[in-house]
Amino acid sequence: MYRTTLQGAMLASSILAGVGTAMAADVTLNIESWRNDDLQIWQEQIIPAFEAKHPGIKVTFSPSAPTEYTAALNAKLDAGSAGDLVACRPFDTSLQLFEKGKLEDLTGLEGMKNFSDVAKSAWTTDDGSKTFCVPMASVIHGFIYNKEAFEKVGAEVPKTVDQFFAVLDKLKEDGTYIPMAMGTKDMWEAATMGYQNIGPTYWKGEEGRKALIAGTQKLTDESWVEPYRVLAKWKPYLGDGFEAQTYPDSQNLFTLGRAAIYPAGSWEISLFNTAGLKLGAFPPPVAKDGDTCYISDHNDIAMGLNAASPHKEEAKVFLEWVASPEFASIYANALPGFFSLNSTAVDMSDPLAKEFVSWRETCEPTIRSTYQILSRGTPNLENETWTESANVINGTDTPEAAAKKLQDGLDSWYKPAK
Amino acid sequence: MTDLSPEQGTEAARRRPRRWHILVFLAPAVIIYTAVMILPLIETLRQSLFNVVDGEHVFVGFANFATLFGDPRWASDFWNALGNNFVFFLIHMAVQNPIGVALAALLSLPGLRFAAFYRTAFFLPTLLSFVIVGFIWKLILSPIWGVAPWLMDLVGMKSLFGPWLGKPGSALITVSLVSVWQFIGIPMMLIYAALLNIPEEVIEAAEIDGITGWGQFFKIKLPLVLPAIGIISILTFVGNFNAFDLVYTMQGALAGPDKATDILGTFLYRTFFGFQLQLGDQSMGATIATIMFLIILTGVCIYLFGIQRRIRRYQF
Repeated sequence: MYRTTLQGAMLASSILAGVGTAMAADVTLNIESWRNDDLQIWQEQIIPAFEAKHPGIKVTFSPSAPTEYTAALNAKLDAGSAGDLVACRPFDTSLQLFEKGKLEDLTGLEGMKNFSDVAKSAWTTDDGSKTFCVPMASVIHGFIYNKEAFEKVGAEVPKTVDQFFAVLDKLKEDGTYIPMAMGTKDMWEAATMGYQNIGPTYWKGEEGRKALIAGTQKLTDESWVEPYRVLAKWKPYLGDGFEAQTYPDSQNLFTLGRAAIYPAGSWEISLFNTAGLKLGAFPPPVAKDGDTCYISDHNDIAMGLNAASPHKEEAKVFLEWVASPEFASIYANALPGFFSLNSTAVDMSDPLAKEFVSWRETCEPTIRSTYQILSRGTPNLENETWTESANVINGTDTPEAAAKKLQDGLDSWYKPAK
Repeated sequence: MTDLSPEQGTEAARRRPRRWHILVFLAPAVIIYTAVMILPLIETLRQSLFNVVDGEHVFVGFANFATLFGDPRWASDFWNALGNNFVFFLIHMAVQNPIGVALAALLSLPGLRFAAFYRTAFFLPTLLSFVIVGFIWKLILSPIWGVAPWLMDLVGMKSLFGPWLGKPGSALITVSLVSVWQFIGIPMMLIYAALLNIPEEVIEAAEIDGITGWGQFFKIKLPLVLPAIGIISILTFVGNFNAFDLVYTMQGALAGPDKATDILGTFLYRTFFGFQLQLGDQSMGATIATIMFLIILTGVCIYLFGIQRRIRRYQF
């Protein structure tokens, strides 16, 4: 039964992709992506801007659900039915595709000179010699808050952890608003918006992340367990039945003005802007006033070329355009919260996006701790972090137990270079 | 049949011409079934004996199975999924089938009004797609927007409501009951058909002997529909151990919270296709698929050789 269902799904996807390419006389490029929220923006702004300048090349954007993207893409690439252009997840997921020959080497692309090595790091081989995706954007974590809610209870924007919990207490006491909109049903909210959001402050960003990869720090060290302890304290401030609250539920609670604080990634900005609320943002609070703040400024999305594409020349034309400052400007403004990785500075008009990007000046940026190298094996550290972060907030596991489980899982396959 | 020598064959052939039409009529089913079921099955069994070592696809014997049962992490994931699958199955057996039999018994009562309407209504969820069922129930049970908390509030039972899908203790039971709700129509229909098959004379004879009502159901009707119940049990078993869709649509591929709803199907999916940053591992996936196949095969064999032969059948 499962066998036929899976095969049916693959067959259907290959037929659909086939129809897409066979229709027009013009060359049609298909883009695979997990950003289904952006469908409208691609169709109305980005693709028309490209097609206007490049007659003869049509582009269609066909996204799939974020959590299914990697699996679906791998299956489609193996079956030879994937689109010409594919959105690249950062680090190992894409690296492995490149090593298997599924993605084209793009080192020679003219537009690559528009990106710094740091920007390219997430899509470059370990030795730094080959780059296989054109960097598009990074996302920054922080907290978005409802200004009206803060005014109502007379709360100041918190700078330290203590102030943060004081604000939450005030909001809870007032009772008009759910203090914090987050659920644990989908699990990745707890990990990505929770642990990876506040964590860098404790493990000191890049310093801790690199030490973890080098093996000099462990997930059971104080600096990695402490964020879990803080996370566990969030529980009483979450909405009723947060255990069954999904990610869209959280988004809706916040955009309907029922919640005060939203642990966010900057990608939420364009959605939240449509709600007509007065919103502000603050970076993850620090332990003591005056401490260095750390933010997660995560290389998130890039675009690569399917090595089996029949239209490689046209696809490269598109990728050159993606690497251009023109695309950077359209993308960053159409999708505030996706910050361009292009070396050319991009003017952004969105105040909330400006607020997020301004933290780059004052805080130390890092990327999500689980993405580089540490999610290469089984059990997968990122997926385990999802489960354990949700467990910590639900109270199923203590912070110490969760950290131990993660470290044990990592130890079972990862042997850091001595 | 045809390996007679030519001399002997001519006589036989004249009397009994080769019945080519049998082959012709069987061919489409045999070819399609072989192509989409048997070959993939053999390929899966074969792949479970291979793995990628240093970039080479090599034969590893039963090493994959050793990993699945020997490695503490793989083993704990596997036993968790298998255990959950048994709970899933037992809830179906304990809830779906008795209710299905009861509904069928009620529907077959002579003189029941609107019987056709009830029959259709009970059977309708079975026709719905998993995605729709999963989505509807997720919404109904949502603590934020759902109608379940509101309805329970109306009858003063709001305090008993909980975020059932989000709690490790209740998630599996909730998902199982949703599945029961969806599939209740199948046992109901099969039993209903079996009940209608019972000849009037038997019922009349029972009535003359003074057996009516409950006694009639338990002493006359139930023994007569036992073979149908056996068929339903085995269908439920196969369906449950192949289940995947409903858990996937309701709880996602990680089958949360804390893998509380992870069954063999979702475990296979995560392993074979990967999830988020985890890449698919086709060899281990095939290994799990093989184990699933063996579990189902064992279950079906136990039923066929152990139970079905002992069920007494009545000829009318």
